[in-house]
Parts: sequence; structure tokens; C-alpha cells
Amino acid sequence: MTRTILGFALVALGLAALAWLPTQVGAYGVGLLLGMTGYVVLASAWALFSGPTRYVSLATVAFFGIGAYTVAVLSETLPYWAVLLVAAGIGLAVALVVGLATLRLAGVYFVIFTFGLAELIRQLVTWYEVNVTGTLGRYIFLPISPEQIYWQLLALAALTIGIGWLIARSRLGLALKVIGDDETVAAHTGIDISGVKLALFAVSATIITLVGAIQAPRWTYVEPSIVFNPTISFLTLIMALLGGANRLWGPALGAIPLFLLFEWLSANFPSHYSIILGLMFIAIVFVVPRGVLAGVEDLWKRLRRKGEAA
Amino acid sequence: MLSTLITGLVLGGTYALVAMGLTLQYGISRIMNLAYGETLIFAAFAAFLLFTTFGINPILGLVIILPVAFAVGYVIYGVMMQPLVTRSKKSGTLEVDSILATFGLLFVIQGVMLVAFGSNYTSYNYLNVGINVLGANIAANRLLAFALAVIIGATLFYVLTRTRWGTTIRAIAVNPNAAPLVGIDVNRTARFAFALGTMLAASGGVMISMYQTFNASMGVVFTMKALVIVIMGGLGNLMGALVAGLLLGVVETLVATYVDPGLTLAATYLIFLAVLLWKPAGLFGKAAGR
Repeated sequence: MTRTILGFALVALGLAALAWLPTQVGAYGVGLLLGMTGYVVLASAWALFSGPTRYVSLATVAFFGIGAYTVAVLSETLPYWAVLLVAAGIGLAVALVVGLATLRLAGVYFVIFTFGLAELIRQLVTWYEVNVTGTLGRYIFLPISPEQIYWQLLALAALTIGIGWLIARSRLGLALKVIGDDETVAAHTGIDISGVKLALFAVSATIITLVGAIQAPRWTYVEPSIVFNPTISFLTLIMALLGGANRLWGPALGAIPLFLLFEWLSANFPSHYSIILGLMFIAIVFVVPRGVLAGVEDLWKRLRRKGEAA
Repeated sequence: MLSTLITGLVLGGTYALVAMGLTLQYGISRIMNLAYGETLIFAAFAAFLLFTTFGINPILGLVIILPVAFAVGYVIYGVMMQPLVTRSKKSGTLEVDSILATFGLLFVIQGVMLVAFGSNYTSYNYLNVGINVLGANIAANRLLAFALAVIIGATLFYVLTRTRWGTTIRAIAVNPNAAPLVGIDVNRTARFAFALGTMLAASGGVMISMYQTFNASMGVVFTMKALVIVIMGGLGNLMGALVAGLLLGVVETLVATYVDPGLTLAATYLIFLAVLLWKPAGLFGKAAGR
């Protein structure tokens, strides 16, 4: 119990320090912090669903884009908080449709459905804008400073990791562990498998939508091909995998170093960027399939066993 | 109406061929290959390059590209997939691992294409003359592509259903655990099937390059269409892939003609959704080997 309280105190202290950080670093630093926090949330939210269920979601950018584009469309007609609410609602609705159609089937159907989802939504939005509204590309003029975006993202990050922590200690978390290990056993112990998966996917997708919505004012100019960029799905996935999708802090841990690396890569090797990323991704799948955190734990256990044997 | 139908069937022929390759890779090698469409587009660029720089027409180009594609598929399976297959014997994670690894591969191939060919739409002019078929005016290159698809597809179908070697391949689709009991080397056959699938993807790419514009980031759409066709036909079911491919071609052409060309992917998704809700095992009953 005291350890939990201590943990909370540490996290609160860390959050306070992070919230104070923008006053110390320049504009470039704030931008960097903002992007990094965005990816911490994305990777953590992705892992919330895909970690325990092992259903690889490739639709991160579909939801991210929905969030960003909703802000672009509605920012002039509704107050900011209402826009966020609407964005989250749309993300939730899409997640429910996708989830209801695929999550009661084998994982592969889910992967396939999410694989093309971003492209589908991008084409639909483009079609709608060209044929109905007659404008492709929108401007966002919102009086929101980068610091404010960063604080919102930070709060969302705390919320996401908090949800992850709560789920892990609840009955839902236990149910998830059983599903991840063996679905047949889970069904026999009376767990509503599809229901649990659907709920989790909906939560994860809504958070991802919110990240897109919150980050949207950073762009000023928004176009479907910008906000539905598949690289975002890819980065989220690789970050969560590197850190370990089954650990609470794993995705965040993977997001920070990789984000900095990507910043550097995109500045120095803009055209070979995706080749390097792809190769790194493959390497991660081969070398640390369960993430660095799990790998370190395994190593630690092996070392201790060796120590005991000696 | 008739001309739309014929155009659709011609397009569907290519789709069916492409989907057959994917069903080989997934049904027999058990590799869910998300980089499949990228392989296809790569072959399209290769055909473009051969035609514009060396003046080799796409039919001759096929003779060069197909063996290369087969070799590439063979090497990719050996280098990338084999370790995953070996590892999954203990952990049983081949599906997830192959999805992740080929997702990485997708970005590698796409990156290479962007560096080599840029991001513009590309096309070349080959046999672009109209031919009258049953009152419908169809470009000769489309007809040629269709004929090629029929020839390649029929050969494949014959080999798989009528030869001993094809029976071996199908045996693995039905039951990979029992196949070794009757003396089938599962690993070798899986590798062969994967390479064969890559070859089919490449042949589809060459055909598409003959009559359609393409660019480096289009692979995802083709993978998606092929996957939808494979699921509609039933995983590992060649005949199913054929029928579903033709069907998708017709539906797409109908939507493009009568509704809007920008909504073809939406139509694909709608069909996919209907199949998932109504008959997830495919239109033709139980999926083979699952």
C-alpha cells in the first residue's frame, strides 16, 4: 500500500516537472516535447487494446486523422471543447462499427479491416470535399499556443496510463489476460470475449482520436493526405513494440527514444527515412519481439537464476 | 451496360490472378503478407522501366520479371519468414509476427520505390487501340491482360489440381500437421508456394502497368483488394478467389461508371463488411484448412 502511494507521489511529481518544462526550453523545445508526448499517448493507447489481446491494429492514423479533420471542419462553428467532444464521438462511433464487424471473428479479419481503413476514410473525405463542399484543404485558426497543446496532451497521457493502470488491477484486466493467453479457456470461464475486446478497442480508439484533435491546431493548414499519413500508424506501432506492448510504461519508454531518432532521421535523411524505419521495424520484430522491458526482465531472471545456481 | 460488364470482367481477371497469389501465400505458407501490393507495384515499375528504357514490350518483360520475382520471393521467405516460422513452433505467434514483419517490409519496398521512381503517377502507352468486343469498345492492352490472366490462372489451376506436386501443396493447406506424416516437406513446399505467390503478384503488376496509371504509394489498395477477394472466396480456396475476383472487378467498374470513380474503395469495403457480417468463412462455404 505504501508503495502504491509512493508510486503515485513520484508520478505526480514527474507530471508537475513535465508541465513546468515548457517555461525552460525554447519554442523548438516545446515543439519537440509536444510531438513526443503525442506519440507517448498514441503508443500507450494503441497498447491498451493491442497489447493484451494481441490484435494488431493498423488503423491508428484513421482515428488520428478523424480527430484532426473534425477540428479542421468545425473549429469555426463550435467552441473548442465542443469540437473535441464531437471528434471523440465520431471516433467512438467508427470504432464501434469496426469492432462490431470484426472483433467476434479471428484476429486476422480485424487486422485486414484496419489495414485499409485509413486509406478508405482518406478517399471518402477527399471525395466528399471535392464533390460536395468543393474545397480540398482547410485552415485552422485557433488561439491555442503550443504550450497549451502540450499541457492537454500531457493530461491525456496521464489519463491513458492511468486507465491502463486501473484496467490491469480490475476484473477487466484479469479477463484480458485470460483472453490473451487462451481464448477458449476465457470463453469457458464465462468471459464475454467480444464485449471485452469491443470496450477496450473503443476506449483506445477514442483516445487516439483525441490526440489527433488536440494536435490539429499545430498545422494551421489541413488536408486529407496530411492527417491520414500512414507513417503515423507505423511509428506508433514500432514505438509500442520496442518498449513492450504488455507493460504499462513500455510504450512510453519506446516512444521517447524513437521519436528523437525519427526527428533526427527526417532532418538528415528525408528521402531514405521510410527505408530505415522499415528495416528497424523488422529488426525489432526479430530481436525483441516482446519489447525491451520484457527482454530485460528475462535477462534479469536468467542472471539471478545463474547467481543462485553458483 | 454490356461494355461496363466486359470492362469489369477484364479488370476482375487481373484481380483474380493477384488474389490467387495472396491465397497461396496465406493459405499454404501461413504468411499474412501485407507487403503484397508493394511487390505488385514494384513489378509494374519494372515493366515500365523495361518498356521505356530498353524498348522491351511487357509480354517479353514478363519472361524476365516473373523468374526474378520468383527468386525474390524465395529469398524473402528464406531470410525473413523462415526464422519466424521456426520461432513460432514454440510460441505460436506466426500470424502476428508475419503481419508485423511484412508491415515493416511494406515501408522498406515503398521507400525504395519512392527514392528510385519518385511519387508521381506513371504510365506508358502499349497497344492502346480500341477493339470491338460484342459491341463494346475495349482497349487491346486490357484484352491482352485478360488473356494473360486466363492463361496463367488456368495453368496454375491445372498444376495445383491435376499434378502430384500441386496435390502436395494443397495437402498443406488442408492440414499442415498431418502433411509430414505422408512424407511432405512442409518447409520446402511453403517456401515454394510463397515464391509462387510473389510471382503471381508480379504478373498482376505487369498487367496493371499495361492499362492503368500507378504510383509508388498505391500498393496498400491492391493488398486490400486482394485480401478482400481472398476472404470472400474463402482462405486458401483458389476457385473462390477466381470467382470473387471477377465479381469485385465488375462491382468496381459499375460503381466507377454509374456512381463515382472516387468511391471504388468504399464499394470494396462495403462488400467486405457484408461478407464479414453474413458469411465470414467466404462465399463458398467452409474455408479450406482453417
